[in-house]
Amino acid sequence: MNFSLKVWRQANAKAAGEFKTYKVNDITEDTSFLEMLDILNEDLIKKNEEPITFDHDCREGICGTCSLYINGRPHGPKNLVTTCQLFMRSFKDGETITIEPFRAKPFPVLKDLMVDRSAFDRIIQAGGFISVSTGSAPDGNSIPIHKDVVEEAMDAAQCIGCGACVAACKNASAMLFVSAKVSHLGLLPQGKVERLERVLNMVAQMDEEGFGSCTNTYACEAECPKGISVTNIARLNREFLAATFS
Amino acid sequence: MVLDAKIPSGPIESKWTNHKFGLKLVAPSNRRKYSVIIVGTGLAGASAAASLGELGYNVKVFCFQDSARRAHSVAAQGGINAAKNYRNDGDSIFRLFYDTVKGGDFRAREANVYRLAELSVNIIDQCVAQGVPFAREYGGYLDNRSFGGAQVSRTFYARGQTGQQLLLGAYSALARQIGSKQVEYYPRTEMLDLVMVNGKARGIVARNLVTGKIESHSADAVVLATGGYGNVFYLSTNAKGSNTTAIWRAHKKGALFGNPCFVQIHPTCIPVKGEYQSKLTLMSESLRNDGRVWVPKAKGDKRHPGQIPENERDYYLERVYPSFGNLVPRDVASRAAKKVCDEGRGVGSSGQAVYLDFADSIKRLGKDKIKERYGNLFDMYHEITDENPYEVPMRIFPAVHYTMGGLWVDYNLMSNLPGLFVLGEANFSDHGANRLGASALMQGLADGYFVIPSTIGGYLAGESFEKLDTSHEAFKTAENEVKERISKLLAINGKETVDYYHRMLGKIMWDNVGMGRNEPGLKEAISKIRALRDEFWQNVKVLGEGEEVNQSLEKAGRVADFLELAELMAQDALHRRESCGGHFREESQTPENEALRDDENFAYVAAWEYQGEGKEEVLHKEPLTFEYVKLTQRSYK
Ligand SMILES: Cc1cc2nc3c(=O)[nH]c(=O)nc-3n(C[C@H](O)[C@H](O)[C@H](O)COP(=O)(O)OP(=O)(O)OC[C@H]3O[C@@H](n4cnc5c(N)ncnc54)[C@H](O)[C@@H]3O)c2cc1C
Ligand code: FES
Repeated sequence: MNFSLKVWRQANAKAAGEFKTYKVNDITEDTSFLEMLDILNEDLIKKNEEPITFDHDCREGICGTCSLYINGRPHGPKNLVTTCQLFMRSFKDGETITIEPFRAKPFPVLKDLMVDRSAFDRIIQAGGFISVSTGSAPDGNSIPIHKDVVEEAMDAAQCIGCGACVAACKNASAMLFVSAKVSHLGLLPQGKVERLERVLNMVAQMDEEGFGSCTNTYACEAECPKGISVTNIARLNREFLAATFS
Repeated sequence: MVLDAKIPSGPIESKWTNHKFGLKLVAPSNRRKYSVIIVGTGLAGASAAASLGELGYNVKVFCFQDSARRAHSVAAQGGINAAKNYRNDGDSIFRLFYDTVKGGDFRAREANVYRLAELSVNIIDQCVAQGVPFAREYGGYLDNRSFGGAQVSRTFYARGQTGQQLLLGAYSALARQIGSKQVEYYPRTEMLDLVMVNGKARGIVARNLVTGKIESHSADAVVLATGGYGNVFYLSTNAKGSNTTAIWRAHKKGALFGNPCFVQIHPTCIPVKGEYQSKLTLMSESLRNDGRVWVPKAKGDKRHPGQIPENERDYYLERVYPSFGNLVPRDVASRAAKKVCDEGRGVGSSGQAVYLDFADSIKRLGKDKIKERYGNLFDMYHEITDENPYEVPMRIFPAVHYTMGGLWVDYNLMSNLPGLFVLGEANFSDHGANRLGASALMQGLADGYFVIPSTIGGYLAGESFEKLDTSHEAFKTAENEVKERISKLLAINGKETVDYYHRMLGKIMWDNVGMGRNEPGLKEAISKIRALRDEFWQNVKVLGEGEEVNQSLEKAGRVADFLELAELMAQDALHRRESCGGHFREESQTPENEALRDDENFAYVAAWEYQGEGKEEVLHKEPLTFEYVKLTQRSYK
C-alpha cells in the first residue's frame, strides 16, 4: 500500500508549526500505524532529515503513551483502539492521511506530535487516591465486595490516561478522565470514605489546569479507546453536588 | 572480592522477622534528614517511592516516560501470586516458596524466595486497600486462577489488566506523596550515570528529555528499579523504551552483574510477521488455563486447523507432561514449542507457530465465560492478526519476555556498592534461572512496599554521611563523561540508523543466545557482537542536537549499552556449561531432551565485575545451598 502523509512538524514548544507532506510506499496491510511511521523515520534519517517525534512505549494499547490525531480523530478511524493498535489495513491504498498532535490548551506541544500531558498527573496528585499508607491494610477478604460493584469499578479503572477525551472535546474538557477515577475509587467501599474531598480536590485542580467545561456532546466517550462511559460524568456531577452541599 | 549475601541465620520461617528486628532504625523525626533517589516508577520503584515518602524520607523519583503511570509494569496482563490459600487447596507460604525455588531450577537463594512468599500475602491486602479492583466471586470474595508451574490456584487478577491496576494503585500512593511534597517527581528524565563519592553511591547524572539538559542529583542512597533488559533482543514483549542503561552504567561503576544470561522466553506470544516488526505481543499465560496447545501429528500439514481431525493432532504438552499438561513452566513450554517446530510440525505461513485452541473450553464453559476471562486478550489478538480466536485457534510462538539476571544484590537488596539498592526486575534476586508466571509483580511490590523500607533504614542509620551537593567534583566528572558520550554519538554522522543496529544485534542474540545455546554459537556471537559494536561507533547516524527533544539520541545511548551488555550475556552463557531453567545448553540435556543441571559445578550465582573497556570481566561466585528444598532434577511429567 502507498500513502501520502500530511504531518504536523514543530521544532519545539515555542516554534510555529506547519504541515509537511511525505510519501510512504510498499507498506503491507499488517504494518501497524506506528511501524509505518518508523519506516518513514528511517527513510528521513538516511536523507539527513530529522525524524518525526511522537510518543509511544508499550505498543499494546495499555500504557496510554501514544497519542496522535489522525484524519481528525484521536487515535484514528477505528473505535476502541489506541494509535499503536491501529493497522494500515484500516486505511485505503493511496489515501492521504493527516497526522496532528492531540490539541488542547492544557496539553502544549513539545515537539512535532509530542505533547505535555502532565496536567493529568497533577489532577491525580490533588486527590485521585485512597489515603492508606503501606502496612496498615486489613486482610483483603475482610470487606466482601459485590462482583457487580467491582466490575463497574473496573470498567472505570481501565482508563489509560491517554487524553483522547480531551483532544476530542471542543472545550478540551477532562471530565471523562476525572470522572473515571472518581467512579473507580468512589464505587468501592475502601474509597467511599474520602469520596467527597476527592471530587472537590480533583475538580479544583482540573479547573486550575485550564480544562474546559463539559457541554454533554459525548465526543469523549465516542473517541475513548477503552470505552469509558459518560455515565461516569453523571456520577461525578452527583458527587460534586453532594460535596458542595455537605 | 568476597560476596557476602548477608543471609540471616536461624530457621527460614523466622529469618526475615529476626533480621528486621536486628536492623538499625531511623527515628521518625530524623528521616527528613535523609534523601533517597529512586530511579524507576514501575511496580518496584513506585511502591518504594510511595512507602519511603510515607515514612518521611526526602525522595526524588525519576522515570523516562511522561508519567509514572506508564512504566512498563502497566502491561502485565495475567496476575499476581500470593499464598493466601483462600481456595483451601493446600497452598501455603512454604508451597509458594517451594514452587518458586523449583520453578527457578535451583538457581535462586532460598532465604530471599522464602521472604518473597511470606510477603506475598501482605501485598494483596495493601493493593485491595488502595482500591485495586481484583476480580471477585459471587459471594464478594477475591477470585483466583492458576498459572504455570503450580498445582494450586493462587493468582489474583484484575481482568487481563492486572499490571495496570497494580501500577495505578502504586502510582496513586506515589501521587499522594508528590501532592504533599514529600516526593519530588522527575518524569521524562533519564538517568545516564551513577555517581560514587568515597566508595558510596551518592547520586546520579540524568538527562532532561524535554530540554536535553544534563543535570545532577545528590542523595544519601540511590535505588534503581529500572526494569529488565529483554530489549537487547530487539524484538521482545517489553515496551519499546525498556532498556539496560541505568544498571549497565552502574555496572561500569563497579556494581556486579548477576547471571546476565538468564532470560525468559515466554511460550505464548503472537508470532513474528515481518522484517519491519517493532515488538512482540504477549498473550497471557493465563490463557493456558483454558487453551490447549497442539500441532498436527504429520510434518508439513498445511490444512486449515478446523480440517485436522482430533486423532491427527498432537497435544504435545498433555502427552509429554501428563501431570502439569498445558500448565508446565514457561521454559519447558517454550522449548517444547521450538522442538515441534524444528521437527517441521509448526503451523502458519512461517512454520514458526503452534496452536492454542479454546474450542473445548468454549464448548464446556460457553463463549461468555471465556469472554469474561480473556475478552481483552482475544480482542487484542483479533486486532493484530485479523483472525477471530473464538472461531480459529490462536497461533502462538515463544518470545523474549523477562530477564531473571540483573545487578547482584544481598539480602537487603543492596548491591556490592554501598548505598546502591536494586529492586524489581533490575536485580537478579528471586527467580533463579526461570521465573514462574505472576511472580514478577509479586517481587516488584514485595521489594518496594516491604523490603526496602526496612533495609534502607538499616543502611542509613548505620553510616555517617558527609554533606555534599552536586558541585562536588565527582558529579562534574560524571557530567562531563556523559556530555562527551553524547557529543560523540552526535558527531559520528555515519550511514545507518540506530534501529538498524538494534535489529542486527537482536538477530545475533536470538540466533545464538536464545532458546538453544551451544559453545560454537556463543563464541560466534561474541565476535559478531564486537564487530557490530565497532561498526556502530563508526557508522551510526544520529541527527539533531543534544539540548532538545531527541528520540534518536535517546535510542542511540540505549543501544550502545545493549551492545556491551550483549557480550557479557554471551560470555556468561558460554561459561555456564550446564542447562538450567531458561538457559539451555544443547551440550547438557537428559535423554528426553530436558535441561540437565550440573549442581556439582554450577550451583552458584555468577556475578561479573567490570574491568574496563575491552577487558574481559572477572567472575565471582556466590555458592547456593539448599536446606529446605531438596536439589532434584525438575520433573513436570
Ligand atoms: C507483556 C508483559 C506481561 C507481563 N505479565 C506479567 C504478569 O501477568 N504477572 C507478573 O508477575 N509479571 C508479568 N510480567 C513481568 C512484569 O510486568 C515485570 O517484570 C515487572 O512489571 C517489572 O517491574 P519493575 O518495576 O521492575 O520495572 P518496570 O515496570 O519495567 O519499570 C521500569 C521503570 O524504570 C524507569 N527507567 C528505566 N531506565 C531508566 C533510566 N535510565 N532513567 C530513568 N528511569 C528509567 C522506567 O521509566 C520505568 O518507570 C509481564 C511482562 C510483560 C512484558
Ligand atoms: S504505546 Fe502504549 S498505549 Fe499505545
